[in-house]
Amino acid sequence: MMRAGLQALLSHWTRNPLQLFTLLAGLALATALWSGVQAINAEARASYDAAAQTLGEARYAQLRGADGGPIPQQTYIDLRRAGWLVSPVLEGRAQIGAVDLRIAGIDPLTAPPGVGTIALTNGEIGDFLTGAGQLFATPDTIARIGETPDLTFLPTDGIAPDLAITDIGIAQSLLNAEGEITRLVVTSAQPLGRPPLEQIAPDLVLMAPQTDTDMAQLTDSFHLNLTAFGLLSFAVGIFIVNGAIGLAFEQRRQMFRTLRATGLPLRNLIGLLAAELILFALVAGTIGMALGYLIAAALLPDVAATLRGLYGADIAGTLTFRGGWFVSGLVIALGGTALASIGAMSKLARLPILAAGQGRAWAMVSSARLRIQAIVSVALLLAAAGIAAFGSGLIAGFSLLGALLIGGALALPVILDLLLSAGERLAKGVTAQWFWADTRQQLPGLSLALMALLLAMAANVGVSTMVSSFRLTFIGFLDQRLASEIYVSTETAEGGRLLEEFATEHADAVLPILSAETDLAGLPGTVFGARDHATYRDNWTFLSSISNPWEAIHAGTGILLNEQTARKRELSVGDPLTIGEATFPIAGIYGDYGNPTGQAILSEATFRGLFPEAEATRFGLRTSDPDALQEALIQDFGLDAGAIIDQAGIKAISLDVFERTFAVTTALNILTLAVAGFAILMSLLTLAGMRLPQLAPVWAQGLTRRALGRYELIRALLLAALTTLVAIPLGIVLAWALLAVVNVEAFGWKLPMYLFPLLYLRLTLLACLAAALAALWPARKLARTPAAHLLKVFSNER
Amino acid sequence: MNVKALAVAICLAAPATGQGFAGLGTEVDGFSVPQPNPAFDFPADHGAHPDYRIEWWYITANLDGADGVEYGLQWTLFRSALAPEDGTGWDTPQLWMGHAAITTPTDHFVAERLGRGGVGQAGVIADPFDAWIDDWSLSGPDFDTLRMTATGEGFAYNVDLTATGPLVFQGDRGFSVKSSEGQASYYYSQPFFEVEGTLTLPEGDVAVTGSAWLDREWSSQPLGENQTGWDWFSLSFDTGEKLMGFLLHEGEDTSYTSATWIEPDGTSTPYPNGAFAAEPLEITDVGGRDVPTRWQVALPDRGVDVTVSAMNPQAWMATSVPYWEGPVHIEGSHTGRGYLEMTGYE
Amino acid sequence: MLLDVENVTKIFGAAEERIEVLRGVSLSLDAGETLALTGESGSGKSTLLHLIGGLDHPDSGSIRLDGTEVTTLDDAGRARLRRDQVGVVFQQFNLIPSLRVADNISFQARLAGRSDPDWNATLAGRLGLSSQLSKYPEQLSGGQQQRVAIGRTLAAKPPLILADEPTGNLDEATADAVLEAMLTLVRETRSALLIVTHSGHVAARMDRQIHLAKGRIAS
Repeated sequence: MMRAGLQALLSHWTRNPLQLFTLLAGLALATALWSGVQAINAEARASYDAAAQTLGEARYAQLRGADGGPIPQQTYIDLRRAGWLVSPVLEGRAQIGAVDLRIAGIDPLTAPPGVGTIALTNGEIGDFLTGAGQLFATPDTIARIGETPDLTFLPTDGIAPDLAITDIGIAQSLLNAEGEITRLVVTSAQPLGRPPLEQIAPDLVLMAPQTDTDMAQLTDSFHLNLTAFGLLSFAVGIFIVNGAIGLAFEQRRQMFRTLRATGLPLRNLIGLLAAELILFALVAGTIGMALGYLIAAALLPDVAATLRGLYGADIAGTLTFRGGWFVSGLVIALGGTALASIGAMSKLARLPILAAGQGRAWAMVSSARLRIQAIVSVALLLAAAGIAAFGSGLIAGFSLLGALLIGGALALPVILDLLLSAGERLAKGVTAQWFWADTRQQLPGLSLALMALLLAMAANVGVSTMVSSFRLTFIGFLDQRLASEIYVSTETAEGGRLLEEFATEHADAVLPILSAETDLAGLPGTVFGARDHATYRDNWTFLSSISNPWEAIHAGTGILLNEQTARKRELSVGDPLTIGEATFPIAGIYGDYGNPTGQAILSEATFRGLFPEAEATRFGLRTSDPDALQEALIQDFGLDAGAIIDQAGIKAISLDVFERTFAVTTALNILTLAVAGFAILMSLLTLAGMRLPQLAPVWAQGLTRRALGRYELIRALLLAALTTLVAIPLGIVLAWALLAVVNVEAFGWKLPMYLFPLLYLRLTLLACLAAALAALWPARKLARTPAAHLLKVFSNER
Repeated sequence: MNVKALAVAICLAAPATGQGFAGLGTEVDGFSVPQPNPAFDFPADHGAHPDYRIEWWYITANLDGADGVEYGLQWTLFRSALAPEDGTGWDTPQLWMGHAAITTPTDHFVAERLGRGGVGQAGVIADPFDAWIDDWSLSGPDFDTLRMTATGEGFAYNVDLTATGPLVFQGDRGFSVKSSEGQASYYYSQPFFEVEGTLTLPEGDVAVTGSAWLDREWSSQPLGENQTGWDWFSLSFDTGEKLMGFLLHEGEDTSYTSATWIEPDGTSTPYPNGAFAAEPLEITDVGGRDVPTRWQVALPDRGVDVTVSAMNPQAWMATSVPYWEGPVHIEGSHTGRGYLEMTGYE
Repeated sequence: MLLDVENVTKIFGAAEERIEVLRGVSLSLDAGETLALTGESGSGKSTLLHLIGGLDHPDSGSIRLDGTEVTTLDDAGRARLRRDQVGVVFQQFNLIPSLRVADNISFQARLAGRSDPDWNATLAGRLGLSSQLSKYPEQLSGGQQQRVAIGRTLAAKPPLILADEPTGNLDEATADAVLEAMLTLVRETRSALLIVTHSGHVAARMDRQIHLAKGRIAS
């Protein structure tokens, strides 16, 4: 019975292969986009984790030379012999084969767990330790290095690209750094009774584990964006699947009735349908995962470059297959199918056994249904507004996104119906009138595809707005923060004084970066003392401020506070803020992107008054000739080149990064629009057969088939264009939700939003192009329909 | 005999052949091999022998605290050579491992240190004697007067050792055979140390006194290929006599035993395979492993028939190569205290 | 003469499968004349009607409508012919589902540029559709739908009306009423009517009858 039932159900698909294709392709594409984005995310995260683990910065405190220079090996031995459990790491770069290789030398015997995570088997450790010259690197890195006669490279996974891990002895010889150590990793568990650091190694400074770095914050932000994009793409796919399942359900009503009438219990029928859908979900999910893998593999080099440039985070440009990722993708495919089939299933469960066998796959826009849809949509959009106003937390942020998306999607048919009715009323000619009316009649059949297009467009508008806003903000922020042409740092306060003296003669202005750790409204933070200079007045912008914030600062009657702290403590301009003994009114609040901690700025004089012991070791130097100044600093002052940061270089890197981010975003834009276009194509093809009875009378009364085809194409374009009219505002609201709500909840700072009309125009054109391409084939098919097919509509007789 | 020490040390270096315990039953390539009739050269032989694969300085102590509590102490430095060479620099093929422990009736504190030879992190100098790894050391003007220190997470100790008797040579004048196939090591002991010093525990410092037993052993392949572990006893009877005995596991039910009887004046008598017997009486679950923690030990030739019980059955050494090591109480024909070490119970 | 059909043939399919539906049919129709085309199922009567209406084209022969040679017209020309010269009523699916009844009635007339609101209203009244004008076709009964189709056909007052079993899907009483309304209005507009029917009763109401059998005129 069950088998016969399943056979009967499946026979529908062999008779309607196009529908089967729609269903599978929709689900596969949805899974592909989602899993592709997830794979990119997972890969990037795994790469940072690997990088952080191999170097141990994230987990362990470090000892470094106070002067930033190398640590003598004897200091390491002295520390060990005093009971300090530290492990040496030597880092440096060397040109090995074709690669400028980062070399990390470790001592596996003293390294705490997780440092130098390379799989050493017993047999290898001897070779690793005793100078046989073993280096571990990823297979990809090894391949790029090429032949190296003196060195043995062994492949390993889970370490950063362009990094080789080797024994410290080998590293010392490769880097020509005999007896030198870059830093010492401090094991978390230390024995009792060890003497203080100053006693053993006064030249070293202890640095806490860098678990909460700026980099992590910014990359998290980037990944959150990508995840949101993946989610939106998946929603698009689910709309397609929902449409396909709904159609298949309608078309099989008669079969359901027959099956039930012949004795198949409803429960079994639902079970069979569920089994069928699970089968499809697994097949489509697997295909989707393969596609997603391809998408990720294609985009990953760009993403890798983006993150490398932006955050200095090395991530591999190649994709590793992860089992967990595959399983999660299948789960998503199954979940998505379940989600998409809820409606059809519940309808089936309620279906009376002798309900009308032939459903109305085609119906006039039911005003009752539209009204319900409108009510639900308005309720959801109101809920979204409520969440935006009163909600807090990331869950609320994502609920807001969800409510906006679903509310927007449900509103689309209502809005389109209104627009098309208006068009019909305003139409002058008879053909135009028919065209509007007929278009309106297509809405129920096309609305799922159009919703998919809406979501794709909205997602694109939203993400593009967000990325572009991010770019503008970040570049503006860099301009503000990196206003000086050159930044230099010294190891000691004494060096700082000497440098300031030297620089005062050679640079146009010296801006010491004075800072002290302090308590800011009950939060740990840093206070800076800013010199009175035009650089600050000219370059700094504030999120909110009094009219002349810098004047207040330099008069000692004001303080500047970063946005994070202001938000956390609900402080605004004019509120008092206490630093040490003194209290200042807040004169301005500034954006401080990527910084997880509190920050405030006072004038240099006020700062020195409060923190007399603070001395500057970092300086911003203003100059009209940065190259000459750099040269002088290196040649005449003897500053290490590594202590000089050239502002132009940093900006160039940042710009390059954003271009790559755009490349990724553009690629994803095109992909989602392609998916939506596909949804339209499938809907049109499905409708084509049912449309003949609507078109045949028009043809019979004097329109050519060619004209009908042309109208079909124009109709798709019109619907796409109208959909984008809804999509652009929805996308902008989405971007706002991402920037102003989700970002604040996740990271504590709000990114200002900018609008990009040209970008939206381009997206609209792309959407119309997608719709036109999707309609081209059905339109052509219609234009070439044999007259006999049309005539068959009118009569069973020839 | 502390063969386990070899095991632990060599595990760092030896290929995992799957034979014996921790790769001990492997071939000797390029390393010197102990020969019968050794002629020791002191104090030089207290120092390291880099041309032998494995070596250790192994001290166990039974102590009484001023707080009335009984303590056990362990300090071990293992040397393991990847190649029979010495030198300076990171590529020196000499690896070092230290184990330290304090056992109380209720607690067992363990620490392990690993280090490279050639850079000064660990090593042994014969005269004046200095053995160290990191901040742990065993050193003194001569081998009879030593200070022993170690630290770990939650514990530390600093004790002075003073020898009250001569060195005792195990086996045939210090040539100790480890299997019926003839594998052997150089092995001598100083079982007559008196101890005085301080233990630092989470509760605070405790002054302690008692006795210690030092083992020196080096070899290149001390175990037969079928030997998978051992039980080693160092027993100090209240009569002043001492017994060192071990039982090497050979397959399921067979074993190879060896023992040395030590008179209070240091006169020693070696016993061949079969003279010494030890049978488990009680098995304790130690972190999921079945470990015998009460033994019937006999050396009939000397009228010894005693029960040996662990002071703290949970004295598990959770180190790179784990084993059981802790103080024991002796009852029966003789009474006294001692140390028990058991390997191969993983 | 309004319509002159000469020696028209039409073959469907190709090779083995080919069916000669019309094997040289000739007939003519004067303005205002009514003609019934009868015959068995598959005799080719609907096909002939389609050819005359410019909905399909013959394999050979000539069809002249009001002096225009229909067979040589291109797609656009035939569309113009359908729009301007001919009104067609089919057995089913005559109406444009997206348009209201009033718009359906005026559709073809407006396409042809000959819409006359007064006449449309008259037609609706005569066909009993005055109260249905703002409904959509799917809200009407079968008989009402056919009345709308007839109204739409007559709205443009075409010289020739082609009807293919216009009452074939209706019950007898409804069919009679619809036929009656159509015949009355056709006479008023002085259009010629070519009606395909298998009903002798319907055929008897026409000026002339032609019987088709196996693609040829039998009488």
